[in-house]
Amino acid sequence: MVSAGGFGLVYGLSARSAGFSPIEAGAMSVFVFAGAAQFVAIGYVAGGFSWLAIVALTAFLNARHVLYAAALAPYLTDRPRWVRATMAHLCTDEAFALAIAHFRRTGIGDVRGYWMGAIVSTFIPWNVATLVGVTIGGSIPDPARLGLDVIFPAAMGGLAVGLVTGRRELVAAIAGAVVGVGVALAWDPAAGIIAGGVLGPALGIAVRPGTRDHDREGQLAFGPEPMHDHEHEHAVPFVPQRSDHAQGDPEAGDR
Amino acid sequence: MSTALVPLAILMGLVTYPFRAIPLLIPGFERLPEGVRLYLRLVGPAVLAALAAVNTMVARDEAGPPVFQIGPEWIAVGLCIAVVAARRSLLIGLVLAAGLMAALRYLEVVPLPT
Repeated sequence: MVSAGGFGLVYGLSARSAGFSPIEAGAMSVFVFAGAAQFVAIGYVAGGFSWLAIVALTAFLNARHVLYAAALAPYLTDRPRWVRATMAHLCTDEAFALAIAHFRRTGIGDVRGYWMGAIVSTFIPWNVATLVGVTIGGSIPDPARLGLDVIFPAAMGGLAVGLVTGRRELVAAIAGAVVGVGVALAWDPAAGIIAGGVLGPALGIAVRPGTRDHDREGQLAFGPEPMHDHEHEHAVPFVPQRSDHAQGDPEAGDR
Repeated sequence: MSTALVPLAILMGLVTYPFRAIPLLIPGFERLPEGVRLYLRLVGPAVLAALAAVNTMVARDEAGPPVFQIGPEWIAVGLCIAVVAARRSLLIGLVLAAGLMAALRYLEVVPLPT
């Protein structure tokens, strides 16, 4: 909750320094609710990029969420469709990390536990901190004096490091950076980012996983089959713990 | 108070939602091919690293083509990355990175960006 609030505060400050109004910054946090994509939007709105490019990059960046939802799905098949549809909007890195650890430990899809992790620990602190940050940011005359202009690339770099859980992720990240810079210099910065994001994973797949990576291979997307043993439902209190993946994911810990 | 970017926020939310919802709403979707799962897993680090690198190393001059730049931003971003790698705390990394840049500018070691 603290980390979600802290990162949300930084997001709010950055949004304000890029010229976002509190309503605009708040709308991002409510409707998008994805830290990395929101930081991207700040940088690209400030850079004068087209909305089409920003939306495309958002989709590309958030495509990984399909893995989170896919991992949670087997635990939630017996829940009403509207509940699952609502849960989906709140399925961020952190909510996933908290939920999957809890679901795997208890063997059931505890919806109340999910709401605790997604809303109380993440959504509310993130949105409150956004509004505080964007409001405070309005009283800062020159954000660059405080170094806020470096927040965006630093956040992107830190988030990338947090997602590196093995050799393939490391190669994908390095390749993405190298390809991105190369194409940016040769053609256009926006094209460079897309090229890095498309070609980086391809190069990551091409390398063999590290010897310790196999333990993590299925961790993100697929855990053990749910038990469907309702006798155990609510037998274990919800104590949020992060999966090993989440521990290596600062976005999970910082929204 | 401006609301001009609210439609953009809604559009961004609309393209994000299907990735979060489809596997939960369509039975069997979780059985994605292994190659697709692996590729999707690697998209995050690749695109985020590309964003960090391009925004740190490439300067865009409206009058000319993009140019490679070397500056104190490298140190600040590198510091943040090192902190995240060592401490797993992005928040601390961001505070230190911004603090470093603020100190360098306060001491007039580096100029304010124009």
